[in-house]
Amino acid sequence: MLKYLMAKEENIPQGTAALFFGISSIAWFIIGTGIGSFNAAKLAFPDWYHGLYALQFGHMRQVHVHAVIFGWIGMAFAASMMYITPALGNTKLWSEKMGVWNCLLYNVGLCLALALLWSGVTSGREYSDHVWPIDLYIAFVMVVPWSLNVWMTILNRRTQGIYTTNWFFAACMFMTVIVFLVGNLPEFFHLTGLNEAYMTWWFAHNILGLLITPVAAAITYYIVPKITGNPLYSHRVGHLHFWSIVVFYSTPAAHHLMSSPLPEWLKSFASVEGVLILVPAVAYVCNILLTMQGKWSLFVSNIEIKFTITGVLLAIPLNMQGGFQQTRAINWYIHGTGWIVAHAHLALLGFSTFAEAASVYYGMQVLLRRKLYSASLANFHFWMLLIGFSLYWTSMTISGLIQGAAKIYEVPYVDVVIAEHPYMIVRWIGGTMVFFGNIIWMYNMVMTARCGNPIPAGRQPVEVAYTR
Amino acid sequence: MAFREYKIGCMMFGFALSFSMFVTIYLPGIDISGMSSTKVALEKQLTYGWESGFNYYDPFLQGKDKPIKVVLSKDPRTGAAIDKTNAYVFKAGTHFPNGLTHDNILGENVQAVSTSKGRIGEASEEKGGVFLVRVDADDTPYIEFATATRGWNVDAVLKASDSQSLAGSGKTMFVREGCWWCHTLLPEQTQDWQTFGRPPLVGDFNGESPTTFGSDRKAPDLLHVGSRNSSREWMTMHFFNPRLVQPHSIMPRYDYLWGTKDSEGNTIDLKAWDVEYKAYAAGAEGSIYPPEVPIPASDSEARMLIDFVLNLK
Repeated sequence: MLKYLMAKEENIPQGTAALFFGISSIAWFIIGTGIGSFNAAKLAFPDWYHGLYALQFGHMRQVHVHAVIFGWIGMAFAASMMYITPALGNTKLWSEKMGVWNCLLYNVGLCLALALLWSGVTSGREYSDHVWPIDLYIAFVMVVPWSLNVWMTILNRRTQGIYTTNWFFAACMFMTVIVFLVGNLPEFFHLTGLNEAYMTWWFAHNILGLLITPVAAAITYYIVPKITGNPLYSHRVGHLHFWSIVVFYSTPAAHHLMSSPLPEWLKSFASVEGVLILVPAVAYVCNILLTMQGKWSLFVSNIEIKFTITGVLLAIPLNMQGGFQQTRAINWYIHGTGWIVAHAHLALLGFSTFAEAASVYYGMQVLLRRKLYSASLANFHFWMLLIGFSLYWTSMTISGLIQGAAKIYEVPYVDVVIAEHPYMIVRWIGGTMVFFGNIIWMYNMVMTARCGNPIPAGRQPVEVAYTR
Repeated sequence: MAFREYKIGCMMFGFALSFSMFVTIYLPGIDISGMSSTKVALEKQLTYGWESGFNYYDPFLQGKDKPIKVVLSKDPRTGAAIDKTNAYVFKAGTHFPNGLTHDNILGENVQAVSTSKGRIGEASEEKGGVFLVRVDADDTPYIEFATATRGWNVDAVLKASDSQSLAGSGKTMFVREGCWWCHTLLPEQTQDWQTFGRPPLVGDFNGESPTTFGSDRKAPDLLHVGSRNSSREWMTMHFFNPRLVQPHSIMPRYDYLWGTKDSEGNTIDLKAWDVEYKAYAAGAEGSIYPPEVPIPASDSEARMLIDFVLNLK
């Protein structure tokens, strides 16, 4: 990587930035899920490794969240955008050199940001935990150059139209910059009180709804047609998805604070808008699943499609939960319980991660021009992820329902802690499976780079057989 | 932008996103900002000071730049006996909460009474001063700048005080140590009344930053914990090792907040304590009681955090 930092633009091979982002994202996935598994152990056995004060739960919890969001998901997105956007525009990345620098400064910034969070230097706002100097760094050093590369590549495309995936990429990067800067206004200008609390959740909701889920969807809009060879089922339904995301997904932020004393009209408005996210959700899932027509055998035989479609299928329960759990009647029961933790992991570790993993698997093969080293290891990774996630989701959902019942009947809290104990152990096992699966993935990817079978010029990875 | 459709699309996109932000940020902002501070909000601001998360004056969240809450039972100037009164002492240079420095935080009435009766306009951060929270005949809560109205200065109040609470610094600890990842400060409106008490009102948060509601409750709500359990001894044991008082607790130990010396200047040996505790927990012969929990020094972080929790009435 370092040798490309000072190289001339024309001497940097195409796809370098995407490759570096891809490999970094896997590394951060291992780190993030490792910390997650560690935290889960703490919740099951609080005295298990007493004495290491640097590893206090209260300091590690947000490090896990930001390592997976910025490290894994963010970098997997950057990697995807930096090879998909040029491919769809029939051109090359606007600035490969800026991409390489972007990747380096992204990694450096993330290390610094996590080190500060780890040592307790925090703004005290969930999801916007970073202190404001770090927020500015993230916005202007990590996100803006990345966005510029995406926008300029699209403007310099050599195709007439812009494909669905690229609308999403361009718009989501724009919304991310806006949401990041507006959502952190309370820190920049020391806004206080309920305004600050509400803005915190406005930020959290929109960063998830306008960056993480739509970009993951955009990736599947590319991967599925590309590998199956089928055209996207409907461009128009894609339009419906896009516009309903912008209109319906950007408005229900207040549904995160249904039990707080926010204005009642705002809660009702957010609740109704929250149900309307079913519009983009249904449009999207139908569009992708119908694109698979006639090619369902790839769901079994092809790793990338297996990951992608599993992600899309997980988007169904995700959006059914998301649409209805924030209505007053259901929110009354499950607000602030493990149910929400399960739901958040369904979005990030379920739907989104499976789509991104597919994209990184596919992108690395295309960029390296090498077939995946081992299909068996990739299948192992897939099942570790899926079973680990399912254990996690199921145990947290059950423990959330226990908590909800205890909340309604006002059971003494320690009885909830006792009742949740077995589920905390299952959660820890699930998270640890994901962590070990990712280590295998890294090994598989490194071996692909070293000794994967070469893909002949003019061929797609899907056209080359798996040999291991 | 080769196609006209993209120009139209971009305009529509800009319109949609702006309209969305107008409805979800501007309109709620007007509503929320129009709420007057309650008495609770005034007390919170004067207890917690300017900012409890990362800020320029306390970048490593050590509990600096915070007021001290004291209880008085005699007038510090005259020495005459008075009803027990909470006073908030801002030493010279301590930053004021937003309610004292911005006109739009307290709410119209509260601001007017605090200025006319409370004379808060005369207070300055450079000189510091002592504040009280009062309620006037119309039930309007207001802040009184006691240094101007009663001649109570910082040193006299600290000297005359019955007890001093570092709850403001403690809130910084609460943020830094991530207590709010498990303990909410938000009893829910539709339940929680019996066990966790009254949910907060809209005006309870004016000027507070950050609010640290918490979102993921893995432990009891703490908004009124000081009313449920006001025992400093229990809190001390619980922070040092929660399993001493609640065997099923999954809370981490916060013994490292004690620092190196206890209240009498004796060195605290956490490793030795842990060895004794393990023997006790394993039911070793002759180990009938758990080892003594050291009393935290008056300037220790543990003391700050305990003060904060006990102050949550």
